[in-house]
Amino acid sequence: MLASFLQFVFSGITVGSIYALCGLGFSIIFNASHVINFAQGEFIMIGGMATVSLVALGVPLPVAILLAILATMLVGFALEKFAVEPARKASVTTLIIITIGASIFLRGIAQELWDKNFHKLPPFSGDQPFLIAGASLMPQSLWVIGVTVVVIVGLGWFFNRTLEGKAMLATSFNTLAAQLVGVNTKKVLLMSFGLSAMLGAIGGIVITPITFTNYETGIMLGLKGFSAAVLGGLGNGMGAVVGGLIVGIAEAMAAGYFSSAYKDAVAFIIILFVLFFMPSGLFGKSGTERV
Amino acid sequence: MMLEVRKLTSHYGRIQALKGIDVIIEEGELVALVGANGAGKTTLLRTVSGVQPASAGAIWFDGRDITRMAADKRVAAGIAQVPEGRQVFGPLSVEDNLRLGAYRRKGENPAGDLERIYTLFPILKEKRNQAAGTLSGGQQQMLAIGRALMSHPRLLLLDEPSMGLAPLLVAEIFKTIQELKKLGTTIFLIEQNATAALSVADRGYVLETGAVVLADSGKALLTNEQVKQAYLGM
Repeated sequence: MLASFLQFVFSGITVGSIYALCGLGFSIIFNASHVINFAQGEFIMIGGMATVSLVALGVPLPVAILLAILATMLVGFALEKFAVEPARKASVTTLIIITIGASIFLRGIAQELWDKNFHKLPPFSGDQPFLIAGASLMPQSLWVIGVTVVVIVGLGWFFNRTLEGKAMLATSFNTLAAQLVGVNTKKVLLMSFGLSAMLGAIGGIVITPITFTNYETGIMLGLKGFSAAVLGGLGNGMGAVVGGLIVGIAEAMAAGYFSSAYKDAVAFIIILFVLFFMPSGLFGKSGTERV
Repeated sequence: MMLEVRKLTSHYGRIQALKGIDVIIEEGELVALVGANGAGKTTLLRTVSGVQPASAGAIWFDGRDITRMAADKRVAAGIAQVPEGRQVFGPLSVEDNLRLGAYRRKGENPAGDLERIYTLFPILKEKRNQAAGTLSGGQQQMLAIGRALMSHPRLLLLDEPSMGLAPLLVAEIFKTIQELKKLGTTIFLIEQNATAALSVADRGYVLETGAVVLADSGKALLTNEQVKQAYLGM
């Protein structure tokens, strides 16, 4: 009883970590531009697929990971530069549709460049599970959770302790005022896409040994990450992390206790209910601002 | 000459907001720009700070043509604008707001500058760790001015600093403006409160529907019959 419960919690936290990273990616771009970047899932896919190919070419895993992250960031920069930036004056809805188009385009390229098959990476440190109270925890899960924690702490440091990070926050709070203190707000937008691509790639790489990857992986992961971000309150970093974990754990419980056929539905149903009663999400903006 | 605006025009879509403005500001001067709502005062200031594009004409700053320069580069060049309505970064702390004011001077230690601002506005030191959005209107105005001063501007653009403030606070803000002038900052001040603005200004311009209709010393404009009738309510 306890063993299976614990087992579901482990798998929920593992996959929830990826949703959290993906949700953070949505939030960062949303904050910088109010655009919901539906190509966020494709960053996850590109990170995983690029690592797989590089490893297949004989590149050592750590180098392959680094190169794959860099490649994904380049895709992120290109997406901003060539698809979003030229349409900057268009409405936010138009920009969102552009990102949907970009996601389809990226999937098409991935299908051509690679193929439609599933690919896998070896676990980073073996596949000998740890047994905890009868539940088994794979070492790769620890990698996923550990890397996610490091990334979240790193982001927290960047946004709360560095002037560059605060300038990005300031741009999201008040773009005009940010320009007037000398922040290059165009560069902030570019940075936000690069940063979100990096988060996506990292998530895609660490999860690939567990879930495998193919050109379509990004669709579902992206939607779940989006749900995580909305659940926590779009634009709220902590909210995206908590939202990710809630979606991940709920999904794992549903799959474990009911049927894995309902897994995806459960996540979206929770979100519907939360949004009925708390339209701005769990950690949505509170009214502390006085004008 | 520190700032020279020549035949400047600017549009919002097809609506022309500025119709060939000429304005000159010498180093160390406090120049006021008065005019009714919708005369184009804010547009002129925004065009000088670079957040509103100029359609034609030229803006020269320190002998350099900055007409097409990006807004963030103008901050580095020495122009800082205190925008209308304060526009502080509400969720960030007071001190973070000030540090961001020095964004363009990164690498330099802003500690001394922070102390300077805190001496000018002691209330900000008291509230340094509070979210800027929780300050009162007057305190937010002080913060907005302090934030602009953190960039060490050679030219300070003030847009309606007294708007929405209680009379006592208005007096305090104007006292601060005079102090800043004494410290050698060149100031371009926009105000609907024409009496207060013209009494502290060396020179003044009167703007009407996008064009300068009068330019004289502050004192002369205060006693000008036309100005008195239209803007001073006398």
